[in-house]
Amino acid sequence: MPVMTIREAVSQALWEEMERDPNVIILGEEVGMWGGTYAVTKGFYDHFGAERVRDTPIAEGVIVGAAVGAAMNGLKPVAEIMTINFAFLAMDQIVNHAAKIHSMFGGQFEVPVVIRTTSGGGKQLGATHSQTPDVIFAHFPGLKVVAPATPADAKGLLKSAIRGRDPVLFIEHSTMYQERGEVPADKDFLLPIGKSDVKRPGNDVTIVTYSKMVQITMRAVKQLEAEGIDCEVIDLRSLRPLDLGPVYASFKKTNRAVIVEEGWRSYGVGAEVAARIYEECFDYLDAPIQRVAQKEVPLPYSADLEKSAIPGPADVIAAVKAVV
Amino acid sequence: MPELVPMPKLGFDMAEGTLVRKVKQDGEAVKKGEVLAEIETDKATVEVEAPASGVVKGWVVDEGQAVPVGALMAIIGAPDEQVDVAALKASAGHAQDGTMAKAAAEEVPQGAAGAAASQAAPQSGAGPAQVEIRPQKQNGKPPAGAGPEIAPAAGGGAPASPIARKMASEAGVDIQQIPGTGPGGRITKKDVEQYLSRPQPAAPVATPAVPTVSSQDQEVPLTRLRQLIARRMTESKQTVPQFYVNTEVDMAAAMELRRQLNSFVPEERKLSVNDLIIKAAALALRDFPNLNASFGGDKVVHKGRVNIGNAVAIEGGLLTVVVKDADQKSLGQIAAEMKAMVGRVRAGKVQGGDIEGSTFSVSNLGMYDVDHFIAIINPPEAAILATGAVKQVPVIKDGAVVPGQRMLATVSADHRVTDGAEAARFLQAVKQYLEEPMRLLL
Repeated sequence: MPVMTIREAVSQALWEEMERDPNVIILGEEVGMWGGTYAVTKGFYDHFGAERVRDTPIAEGVIVGAAVGAAMNGLKPVAEIMTINFAFLAMDQIVNHAAKIHSMFGGQFEVPVVIRTTSGGGKQLGATHSQTPDVIFAHFPGLKVVAPATPADAKGLLKSAIRGRDPVLFIEHSTMYQERGEVPADKDFLLPIGKSDVKRPGNDVTIVTYSKMVQITMRAVKQLEAEGIDCEVIDLRSLRPLDLGPVYASFKKTNRAVIVEEGWRSYGVGAEVAARIYEECFDYLDAPIQRVAQKEVPLPYSADLEKSAIPGPADVIAAVKAVV
Repeated sequence: MPELVPMPKLGFDMAEGTLVRKVKQDGEAVKKGEVLAEIETDKATVEVEAPASGVVKGWVVDEGQAVPVGALMAIIGAPDEQVDVAALKASAGHAQDGTMAKAAAEEVPQGAAGAAASQAAPQSGAGPAQVEIRPQKQNGKPPAGAGPEIAPAAGGGAPASPIARKMASEAGVDIQQIPGTGPGGRITKKDVEQYLSRPQPAAPVATPAVPTVSSQDQEVPLTRLRQLIARRMTESKQTVPQFYVNTEVDMAAAMELRRQLNSFVPEERKLSVNDLIIKAAALALRDFPNLNASFGGDKVVHKGRVNIGNAVAIEGGLLTVVVKDADQKSLGQIAAEMKAMVGRVRAGKVQGGDIEGSTFSVSNLGMYDVDHFIAIINPPEAAILATGAVKQVPVIKDGAVVPGQRMLATVSADHRVTDGAEAARFLQAVKQYLEEPMRLLL
């Protein structure tokens, strides 16, 4: 199986889908002639032409609004919002238009738009450009929110998002484009959206996480393994739909859970997942569920402070030890 | 985060405990579940297990010192962890309500206290941090007799995780009998697994005491158990207006039933006469809430559960082991629980759940060939039943003298809660259950 980076996997998924379906188009800031802020669409403009790979003004409302209109009229647009921080400028188009048109007009219109964006901190970009507000978008019914952690997941889930009939917010992590992994070469490699994935089986503690925190958790788990603590790691892969079946099954075996997310703790993924475990698995609890999340401050610019605010392996290890 | 080890609460009326022996010394490595210390409560000497693995960073309490329940005793931390024991001791000294000053532990690395700790730490930086431990004063409070004498019975008992409760319930074990080793004494899945897998201790053979012949008077200091009995019984006799009602019970049918039932079961499951009395009293109490009650000043508290305490003689005193919810348990269950608890009591391995939560007591001196006696109420309970031996006596039946089996039973009751007629009707109910013993099987 070929090994490639997440950047290459996302790029390959887009390229293959554009080759397969002439209705797939790309629009966003610097996606065309420049090749994308993260170089994901390098070469697309020359190959597919300006008609299908459109540079837009710096106006996020326009990008998503145009994409929604195009989707309603039969195209399969992949809109790119440079970072999720700028998606706030397109909030109305995302949560009121893309997410609701299908149900508000009695199913007369489908909005098969994919909004690709990047999330996460760690690059000293300051408080307004380093956020991980993924859960805000996952709050809205009607919108799928996907956030892969590996190259294979990125490819398989993005292709499913493009081929699907629903609006999808596809969140890539801004510091993970160089992550490598095996990716099936199959042009029809599709992963269903809304299926959690057990990234590592274990017996002592269930760790539920997604996106970059899968990687952080895996590092912590390796250290814990050396100390004789056997963790099961479950990657949610999508925040909506939220697939907790594997989490419940795992929890009934381990009786203990830690939830790891990069965003803030309050009202976060940890809060939601923990509440559902309490609802579904109360009789199986052996310890209070622990949450690992970002410190509740606007993310500092200072490298040391930023590092201390974002969860690292040590935070995961401490949380696991608190439940075993 | 260092793990703080508090003085555990091992009974509803336990207000303080004495550190008898530090099994693990300062700087010594300890594994979770290993015996960390021995403590003496009012009732027994009990082993305290380490709630976490690590190194003993320091003892806050000296051997022989009595501290309130919940007060910090020791700190366990990671080998390379810096712990300011002096600061923790200081804050523990101020914790008048017996709760541990957790905040102090979390703030240790910063501020003046942290600076003091790093000065106290060895300059080499290698090995476990050394800590200076000074004897701690009790804030002027007398160590013995402090705290409330009679607290209302704790409702929920020790905390237990839901999975632990589920497992205990499926195994038919009272969760409160299982010692908890989790944070704050929580009973966890592991505790239940260990409890279920451990062998039942055998009751040791009692050794007869040999009296010392001496013409000198000897002063025998009171053990804590003796102190407790003295205090509680004096209080009962001084503050509770007790009255006594007795009756004679025809035990022939009960003895015959017991003989039949015991012919079906192996030796270790045989029923005692006392097991029948527990069950009869428990069933009768369901219909007489005033006898299963506590006097509460301006109210009477009818207890929701029927937990029967049983006086068990041990060296130097007695303990009351408690069959919880005896009204809802079968005779077989009652017999099995009593055997296990009495075994533990006599082996000195009493568990917190064994001796707490009773709502009514029975005391049986039948095995000592006692005809009849009167027991003192065990506060805050409202009544106690005293029974003598089942005796072969001549009885008159249909005008002829025939052999019969009789037992004398006396109930002592709190007149603030109940009255003679009601106590008499209660005793009648107990008597009826014992005289028609098939009802105990329903």
